Amino acid sequence: MSNPAAAPPAACEILVAGAGPAGIAATCAAADAGKHVVLLDAAPWPGGPVWRGVSPQALPRAARSWLDRLRRSTVTVVPSATAFDVPAPGRLLVETPSGSRTFAWEKLILATGARERYLPFPGWTLPGVFGPGGLHSLSHAGWPVHGRRAVVAGSGPLLLAAADGLRQHGARIVFIAEQASWSRLARFGCALARHPGKVAQGMAIGTRLLSACYRCGWWPVRAEGTDHLERVTFTDGSRTRTCACDILACGFDLVPNVELPRLLGCTLDGGFVRVNDFQETTIHGVYCAGEPTGIGGGDCALVEGRIAGLAAAGRAADARQLLPQRHRWHAFRRALAAAFALRPELRRLPEPDTIVCRCEDVVHSQMLGWDDWRSAKLHTRAGMGPCQGRTCGAAAQFLYGWDCACTRPPVFPVTVGTLTATTPNPEP
Amino acid sequence: MADQVQLTVNGAPITVPEGTLLAVALARAGVPRFRRSVRGESRAAVCGMGVCFECRVTINGQPHQRSCMTLCAPGMEVKTDE
Repeated sequence: MSNPAAAPPAACEILVAGAGPAGIAATCAAADAGKHVVLLDAAPWPGGPVWRGVSPQALPRAARSWLDRLRRSTVTVVPSATAFDVPAPGRLLVETPSGSRTFAWEKLILATGARERYLPFPGWTLPGVFGPGGLHSLSHAGWPVHGRRAVVAGSGPLLLAAADGLRQHGARIVFIAEQASWSRLARFGCALARHPGKVAQGMAIGTRLLSACYRCGWWPVRAEGTDHLERVTFTDGSRTRTCACDILACGFDLVPNVELPRLLGCTLDGGFVRVNDFQETTIHGVYCAGEPTGIGGGDCALVEGRIAGLAAAGRAADARQLLPQRHRWHAFRRALAAAFALRPELRRLPEPDTIVCRCEDVVHSQMLGWDDWRSAKLHTRAGMGPCQGRTCGAAAQFLYGWDCACTRPPVFPVTVGTLTATTPNPEP
Repeated sequence: MADQVQLTVNGAPITVPEGTLLAVALARAGVPRFRRSVRGESRAAVCGMGVCFECRVTINGQPHQRSCMTLCAPGMEVKTDE
């Protein structure tokens, strides 16, 4: 039987995990410095959830130019490749459609991005309820939204971008509910003054969405429908409003994907990967860029990615030139976190019978019986399904104040075939 | 025009342009649900980025495959939960 993982590992000087903006910038910077770079991504195409599958005409110019630069480079891009284990120092085990492969690296750049935070409320599991970023990338890939009535809710700048994308694909935006208050957003607006590009971007989207109803300080409390979403009820704490709709795109900002950094032993601070000026983690030779180091958006990720790529390629002086830019984006990152902090009322959204763990259908009342994530997992199976707690862990962290970090290999579900193929058989 | 790919969804043939995501092909074919949850509820795609695992389907007999991370391929046999 073939055993691909036992074959000699594919070797490279620099391995980049994740082909979103940070990973692409890191890859291009390192490749331009003459390094042999391999870029892995779990999706069939590079770009990350934000750029992937968007038609070239609809992509921002910067995104188009980075993707072009990647295409023109000599980099080996390995799509549909999910990293799931670190079998030895300097090695990464990856599942691909043709079986598992081991990659050997001298320097590793982790650009694993972020996922959306979904909070449980009655009806949030109905078909027709998506994440804003999720529906954004699905609709760009052709998911039918034309003529559908859509409401967008939750928190973060992604809400506007998602609403704008849906509008472009012919959806009718009925309501946009941002949980953050006007006063917080006004302060964020002032902080944005240092980033004229962001102001222009926000105003352009705002103008296009003028016909939609945008409200701050509103959040969803209930989604209803028979086997598919039919309406959503919102509140501002005193009033309620119900919207008939076909689609709800709802997410409460982003949480970083830190499973792989954790598995490698990188130190985290407050849930984010600790890096130095050169984006190097506490593990020598392992760098991290973009959202896992702090939720700062695509422009911040691009700068961090370039710094990581240059530093990993031994171009410290060039990397240092970018530090003032990074400094500016980190101020933006702090402003984002302050503006879109989640209001405590959201902790009261789930009712006793509301599902919290979607993989195992564990409800809120079952979770309430336990003191910590580990006990809840062991007794209810919450977080033990295929997503490995990526959805309910982030929710439980917010709802119950638990530390939901728990990382052990494989950090993504893989087939038993992959696992057995990666365990060397003893010689007979 | 892009080349077309033919696959079957719950036994019925569908044709999509090459490079179509399976999740998108299923939605366009009007599949009402992708899977049934542990307690029998209908579920469909949510995160679109391979993280939430709600869009799982059976592909060529292999269960629990994420349709949002899979491209349609010629002759693919896809099953969703009834």
